[in-house]
Amino acid sequence: MRKLPSYDYIIEAKGVKKEFGFKAVLKGIDLQLKEGDFLTLFGPNGAGKTTFIQILCSLMLPGSGKVCIVGFDPRSDREALCEVIGFVSHHTFLYPNLSAFENLKFYGTMYNVPALGEKIEKLLELVGLADFPNDQVQTFSRGMQQRLSLARAVIHDPVVLFLDEPYTGLDQLGAEDLKQILVEFRDKGKTIVMISHNLDRGLELCNRVAILRSGRLVYHEEISETEIVDFKPIYFKYIEKRPLPFQVAL
Amino acid sequence: MIFIRKLWAIVWKDLLSELRTKEMILSMCLFSFLVLIIFSFALGTEVMDLKTIVPGILWVVFIFSGLMGLGRAFGAERDKGTLSGLLLCPLSPWGIYLAKVVGTFIFTAIMEIFTLSIFIILFNLNLLPVLLPIGLIIFLGTLGFSAIGTLFSAMSAATKSRDTILSILVFPITVPMLIAAVKATETILAGKAVAEVYPSLKILIAFDLIYLLIAYLTFTFIIEE
Repeated sequence: MRKLPSYDYIIEAKGVKKEFGFKAVLKGIDLQLKEGDFLTLFGPNGAGKTTFIQILCSLMLPGSGKVCIVGFDPRSDREALCEVIGFVSHHTFLYPNLSAFENLKFYGTMYNVPALGEKIEKLLELVGLADFPNDQVQTFSRGMQQRLSLARAVIHDPVVLFLDEPYTGLDQLGAEDLKQILVEFRDKGKTIVMISHNLDRGLELCNRVAILRSGRLVYHEEISETEIVDFKPIYFKYIEKRPLPFQVAL
Repeated sequence: MIFIRKLWAIVWKDLLSELRTKEMILSMCLFSFLVLIIFSFALGTEVMDLKTIVPGILWVVFIFSGLMGLGRAFGAERDKGTLSGLLLCPLSPWGIYLAKVVGTFIFTAIMEIFTLSIFIILFNLNLLPVLLPIGLIIFLGTLGFSAIGTLFSAMSAATKSRDTILSILVFPITVPMLIAAVKATETILAGKAVAEVYPSLKILIAFDLIYLLIAYLTFTFIIEE
C-alpha cells in the first residue's frame, strides 16, 4: 500500500452539494471525523444519506464542495483513495455465478492483497462461511451474501469502512456476527461511517451520531452510552415526527 | 505488472462467469448460425459470383451477432449491481475499459471462429490458402468493433432500452471500418496480391487507434456519470 498523506481529519467534507437535474439532494454538508471515530448517520428516506456516502467513497462526484478522505481527494487521487476505503452497500457487489472464494480472489487481486489464499480463508472463517468456499454466491441466502460482502469490503484491510444499511437481510445471528466484526474493526482504531434506519442497531457501537434531513446535516454530536437513551427523542424531534405509541412503549 | 494482473483478473472473472452461464456465447453463435442459414437459402447455390457478396454477408453476420454480446460488457455489471464494486477497485477507468475490450474481443472472436466454420461449410469455400490474411483482417476489424462497442456499452448501460440504443450508436460509427474490412476481405477472396489489401488494412489500423484514443479521452467521464 502506498504511503498515506498527512491530514487533520481522516474524513473531511466541506460544503458538499449535489443536484440531480433540478432536484438538490445535498445542500451543503460539512463533516469532520478523526481517526477511530464511528459515526452513524440517521435520517428519513430520501434525506440524501446514500448519495452522501457514495460521494465520500468516490462513487459519485459532488456538484460542488470538497471531500478529502485519508488526505486523498476523490477527484485527483481516486485510485489511492480506493485502496484505503471499504464499502458495504445495499448491493453486495458480488458475482452470482462465482463461488465465495472466487469472488474474494477477484477482489483481492484487484486490491493487490499479499498472501491472498490465506487471507481469504481467514475472512471466510471470520464471516462464518468457511464451509461454503466453493459454493456459488447465487445459492447463498441474502444474509450469507451480506456476510461475504463484508469480507469483500475488508479484504484489503481498509483504513475507513463505509456501511450503507449493513444489517439489511441479516437474521439475529447474522446481525450479531456483523456487530462482532464491527467491534473488532473499531477496536483496531479504524474509522467507520454507517448509515442505518434502525436506531437500536445504529446506536450500539458508534461514538458519534448525525442526522441528515432534506440534504442538510441537522445534527452531529459525540455520544456516550448514557446518552443513547436520550437520543431517540432528539432524532424524532429533528425529523419532526412523533414516535408511534408502540415505539415509546419499547 | 500489477496493472496487467488486475486487468486479467477482470477478464478472468468475465470468462468464468460466461463459462458457467453460457448465456452470451450461445445466443451469439445461435444467432449467427440462423442468419447464415437464411442467407444460404436466400442466395441458393447458383449465385453468379459468390466471392463478391460473401465478404459483405460475413461482416454483417459478425457485426449483428457481435452486437448481442456488446451490451453485456457493462450491462451485466449494472444488472448484477457489481459495477460500483468494480469502480471502487483501485484501477483507473481506462484499465477497466481495456479489460472489458479484451473480454468483448475474446467473446466476439469465439463467435467469429464458429461463424467462419459454418460459413465455409454452407458456402463451400476453401479459406485455407488465405487464412492468415483473412485472420489479420478479422483481428483488426474485431478490435475496432470491440473498442468502440465497449465504449458505447458503458454509455448505454444505464438506459432502459440499452440494446436498441447501442445498435443505433454503434452502426453508424463502425461503417467506415466495416467498409474497409469488407473491401479487404473481398480483395483477398478474389485472389489478388496481398499488397492490394494494404490501404484497407491501414484504414482498419487507423480506426482501431482512433476508437481507442476516443475511449481513452472520454471513458472516465462516461463511467463517472
